[in-house]
Amino acid sequence: MAKAFQKIYTEITAITKATCTLKAEGVGNEELATVNGKLAQVVKIMGNEVTLQVFQGTEGIPTNAEVVFLGKAPSLKVSDQLAGRFFNAYGKPIDGGPEVEGKEVELGGPSVNPVRRKQPSELIATGIAGIDLNNTLVSGQKIPFFADPDQPYNQVMANVALRAEVDKIILGGMGLTNDDYLYFKNVFANAGVLDRIVSFVNTTENPAVERLLIPDMALTAAEYFAVEKHEKVLVLLTDMTLYADALAIVSNRMDQIPSKDSMPGSLYSDLAKIYEKAVQFPDGGSITIIAVTTLSGGDITHAIPDNTGYITEGQLYLRRDTEIGKVIVDPFRSLSRLKQLVAGKKTREDHSQVMNAAIRLYADAANAKTKQENGFDLTDYDNRCLDFAKEYSNDILAIDVNINTTEMLDIAWKLFGKYFQPEEVNIKQSILEKYWNK
Amino acid sequence: MTTGKVKGIISNLVTVVADGPVAQNEICYIGVGDKKLMAEVIKVTGENIFAQVFESTRGMKVGDSVEFTGHMLEVTLGPGLLSRNYDGLQNDLDKLTGVFLQRGEYNFPLDKDKKWHFEPIAKVGDKVEAAAWLGEVDENHQPHKIMVPFVFEGTYTVKSIAKAGEYTIEDEMAILTDAEGKDHVVTMVQKWPVKKAILAYREKPRPFKLLETGVRTIDTANPICEGGTGFIPGPFGTGKTVLQHAISKQAEADIVIIAACGERANEVVETFTEFPELEDPHTGRKLMERTIIIANTSNMPVASREASVYTSMTIAEYYRSMGLRVLLMADSTSRWAQALREMSNRMEELPGQDAFPMDLSAIIGAFYARAGYVYLNNGKTGSVTFLGTVSPAGGNLKEPVTEGTKKVARCFYALEQARADHKRYPAVNPIDSYSKYLEYPEFQAYIANLIDDQWIGKVNELKTYLQRGKEIQEQINILGDDGVPVDYHEEFWKSEVIDFVILQQDAFDKIDAVTPLERQRYMLDVVMTILHSDYDFDNFNDVMDYFKRVINLCKQMNYSEFQSDDFKNYEKKLHDLLAEKQIA
Repeated sequence: MAKAFQKIYTEITAITKATCTLKAEGVGNEELATVNGKLAQVVKIMGNEVTLQVFQGTEGIPTNAEVVFLGKAPSLKVSDQLAGRFFNAYGKPIDGGPEVEGKEVELGGPSVNPVRRKQPSELIATGIAGIDLNNTLVSGQKIPFFADPDQPYNQVMANVALRAEVDKIILGGMGLTNDDYLYFKNVFANAGVLDRIVSFVNTTENPAVERLLIPDMALTAAEYFAVEKHEKVLVLLTDMTLYADALAIVSNRMDQIPSKDSMPGSLYSDLAKIYEKAVQFPDGGSITIIAVTTLSGGDITHAIPDNTGYITEGQLYLRRDTEIGKVIVDPFRSLSRLKQLVAGKKTREDHSQVMNAAIRLYADAANAKTKQENGFDLTDYDNRCLDFAKEYSNDILAIDVNINTTEMLDIAWKLFGKYFQPEEVNIKQSILEKYWNK
Repeated sequence: MTTGKVKGIISNLVTVVADGPVAQNEICYIGVGDKKLMAEVIKVTGENIFAQVFESTRGMKVGDSVEFTGHMLEVTLGPGLLSRNYDGLQNDLDKLTGVFLQRGEYNFPLDKDKKWHFEPIAKVGDKVEAAAWLGEVDENHQPHKIMVPFVFEGTYTVKSIAKAGEYTIEDEMAILTDAEGKDHVVTMVQKWPVKKAILAYREKPRPFKLLETGVRTIDTANPICEGGTGFIPGPFGTGKTVLQHAISKQAEADIVIIAACGERANEVVETFTEFPELEDPHTGRKLMERTIIIANTSNMPVASREASVYTSMTIAEYYRSMGLRVLLMADSTSRWAQALREMSNRMEELPGQDAFPMDLSAIIGAFYARAGYVYLNNGKTGSVTFLGTVSPAGGNLKEPVTEGTKKVARCFYALEQARADHKRYPAVNPIDSYSKYLEYPEFQAYIANLIDDQWIGKVNELKTYLQRGKEIQEQINILGDDGVPVDYHEEFWKSEVIDFVILQQDAFDKIDAVTPLERQRYMLDVVMTILHSDYDFDNFNDVMDYFKRVINLCKQMNYSEFQSDDFKNYEKKLHDLLAEKQIA
């Protein structure tokens, strides 16, 4: 392992579950090292005492383990050869193929100068109305699904990825079950798009701390395609909750004072560093991030979804609509913050007004339902709202519906006309005159 | 100058051993490879000096050299600040080369070559002190005063002053003689440490002048004053940023400073993109001409995020000293507090609530105190109005940053999840929110003079209706629609009229987005007429149908050009509709 000129240290003075400490000199912060062949990174230096975080854990590491410093931070070799390949958290192939040749790039590189960004303005169509109509996605955006572990978020995400018109899809899998990993692999292979896809995968069978490298790996590859090749890149990160858990494990082992929900005090900055890699460049290249943050019992006040919500440009929720027995993208809580950059500009002019009106009526239906459940009589308006909501949900919102935005708008107008009077939908007069019952 | 060597590194906290004296908050530069990284001393114990590095410390080694500068973190003040995009340390982002921000790259924040047309104000022989106006240059149509540097103590005599003409910022503009007879050269540029307030003014009275924002839920319901303070807490997705952008676009201020502190880069890009295009509704010039953006987005280094709010405030105080009205918006102060928490954590200080530093509340208080309306030494006035957003963890307002801010900010705009869910934007809860200024007699007198002497009374009445509407809604939820008298439905729907017509406002509609004061006054009277009428209804269904039509007409009025034919047409229809059901 060690090259001739490298110094080998063999006296480890302290070992914890995730770190080991030794006396060494001339070591740089964040430098990589190997400890008995296991990859590790410098996380603390005090005088001649150097603390290393061992990614695979320290099980079986003896006090006389051979430590070699590699003189560089974690890196990935990038080139077009990445396309179609599956890698582990260290960027080593796990598909039996050869190592990738290319330019070696350090992970976690510098941020884009905000004045060199371009305002996102390209729509990413998915055919799912809960997204395209109500929460339009834009290239350069970052948005997570907030989902309970039993919801089909990976399937929805795979669907979105395949329908979206992008040049590359980069999958960063953290703590994926082996089954889900194989699911993604099959879906991509069956769709015949493997050559557009790069995957970095850490499954539940791999050590948890390794996951910390996955987003940086995925985004370093994404930056290569977006910056050097001017490609539209979509990055899928699942599951970011497991990533944050790994952060908490490391911070705990480093004796840091935890803040809310036992998470490290730097959680916001740690997550922001990842999500803010989403960018639209002026020359056409872009990185769009769709992530998954699993919730515990739907609790979005937990530190992980909470901090995420403040960083990402909206969030999408899945929900089973019991009226129609299908999964929908929840129209109330879901939000795409960038939708107004394309809604009504890249889509038809009535987009925003129709979207808001439909959601308001859907909300009125929800109120009517509560009334009904509490045993009160329903008004005529309540009943009309309920009927409207059912059709709206079934014909537009359900995630198995695959239509374009103009069709969605037409169906919405049809439903408005069927159940309501013009003054009940609260739409600007000029728009109303043009589209009502047309 | 003192020098030193790196002894230890944990993330961006570096331990240094120095060969001479160092000061708390002194700036130093640490050599890493061929780069020099800026850092600030934040603690000294024995021989160990703790410095927080403003950038990534990757590759830093024990023994790397450190140079101390002898001064605290300073900003450079002079003409040419307007229209620029800075990072938290006042580097001009447009001057940095390359797509990515490279560490260790710093630049001079102003233009040294540009010539400014100078007109002297002071005369030879004048007695002057810090912040006195020596002359003036035109900066984007603002009278940018060239002042006696704020660091000058005591009284000086003007020995010479430049004649009217073209000068660069580094030219000699005046020579001032101090009490000991020593001469000091003054240029257009001066420096000031960001963590110290600029106190070169005579007096800071209570704010009393309305700062018009064009946002009805603020101006009408809970107004903010010139030199006032306010904060906007809200869970994510409740429209904090949209509201803040609306205010920064429309507010009647001479200078707007936007501190994007630890927030999303795409939001800053939106400002970068829109402000050079949008017109200032008060002057018709481009918004960017009066704006300075301090962008330290969430992926930029944490330590400079903390610095960014101070940088912004210092620039705001600088323009206030010129007798200008400055509006400073910081989004979000929670990110600033988190930066404090991260450092406190790394220094292993005993934590306070939610692991924030113990003195968080004091730090927030001291910062808000720098805002204010002031009488300058020359009798002129200037103001720094400060609006901060707070991003409470989990939307829970009982957390240290919200609580610390609530103690000091005079206006509170509570964004509410439920309102946002129902697309009632801006999602400012009208009942929980407040403006303390409404209680100030000096503000009441000012408003009586500006609008009319009934105004405050009407606003309070409005709030009573809203409160009552909320109570009735709760009763209806419990008792059912037919479990309460029809009158109750009428009262409830009156409160809905206020909500839909006054409080809700479409920030993305060209006309509705900004409502001038005169128009707000007019619409309030329209709504008052609706509220004060008695109606004749048979049952609650009629009430709802009727008021929905009323609301619809009023909304169409809001969407139409003020006093246009469309507007008058809808108003006429409204009158007819009201006449239908009104009893006498």
